[in-house]
Amino acid sequence: MSSSTPGGDAVNPVVARWTETDLGVSGNLLEVVTAPAPVLSSVGAAVDPTDPEIVQLAADLVATMRVSPGCVGLAAPQVGESVKVFCVDVSEHPKTRGHHGTFVLCNAEVVESSRNERAREGCMSVPDLTGDVKRATRLVVRGQLPGTGETVTLQANAFEARALQHEIDHCEGLLFLDRAAGAHAIHARKTYL
Amino acid sequence: MTLHAITVLGQDRPGIIAEATAILGGLGLNLEDSSMTLLRGHFAMTLISAGDADAAEVEAALAPLSASGDLTVSVGDLPEERAVATDGSSWVLSVHGGDRPGIVSSVVSRVAEVGGNITDLTTRLSGDLYVLVAEVDLPRDVDVEGLRTTLSGTAAELGVGVSLHEVEADDL
Repeated sequence: MSSSTPGGDAVNPVVARWTETDLGVSGNLLEVVTAPAPVLSSVGAAVDPTDPEIVQLAADLVATMRVSPGCVGLAAPQVGESVKVFCVDVSEHPKTRGHHGTFVLCNAEVVESSRNERAREGCMSVPDLTGDVKRATRLVVRGQLPGTGETVTLQANAFEARALQHEIDHCEGLLFLDRAAGAHAIHARKTYL
Repeated sequence: MTLHAITVLGQDRPGIIAEATAILGGLGLNLEDSSMTLLRGHFAMTLISAGDADAAEVEAALAPLSASGDLTVSVGDLPEERAVATDGSSWVLSVHGGDRPGIVSSVVSRVAEVGGNITDLTTRLSGDLYVLVAEVDLPRDVDVEGLRTTLSGTAAELGVGVSLHEVEADDL
């Protein structure tokens, strides 16, 4: 892990430096599946991050995220693959504080989480609804980078922490609907971006 | 295919929803949107169902639910209409303070005056404390600061506090 300042948020330089060009393959655009597709409710399989098929999937996820307006993350189940791989890039989002740019993690898990806050989320795989979900705003996540397979641990806060939890949930077969903060916490979406 | 609006109101007990939905299922009706809560301890459910049965048939089938006299059931036909998407913004309006007549009507009038549409509303009276929370769609051209000022004036007259904050869903 990178050095951290007391009370501050450390950015993991290995993750921050990573870009999709490190994968060495170009990504293809994949179709995003929507609920109630069963793949969205299935626990994804653990993967070998050095497997060429996983490297290609990583590139495809980033490419598909890039062309989707407002999209800050995409998990493999959302493109129909029931495996633990997702990409995130919150660098352009106004609610972002610290961030690691674009990265893909395989087999990611939450190591520590604290300071829950409730906010409203939407998801490309549930296009007509939004939901109020409590998520940790300080998070430590461990996973592997596709390609090298290097294990990385990163600290995330604010919006990057929320995005990571949302994507890790996808890999576990969970949607924001599974995390609704109450019976009146799911809303019809009023406008499309 | 007909849309029905069904309401069930009355004394709460376990099993009301199970009983009502089993009857509706038996008629081949599909439950669409529904909302149920307890209002001062009373069961209050509204649901929209779709199917081929007519309202009189549905009402007759639900009669056992109200047979003991502690539940009131109503069934009406609804025109097949879908909500129109707006290009406005979503806000949560919160009001709380000492109970007195006119809080809801005064506050929501200010919202209606600017064309705001309330899409969800809960009020609770707890002892002397009155709480109102509403989800409001505001048209794009509404002067939100102006509305806040108007709401604050109304709230001051009522001796209650008011806040209005935007709820934006973040796409993940």
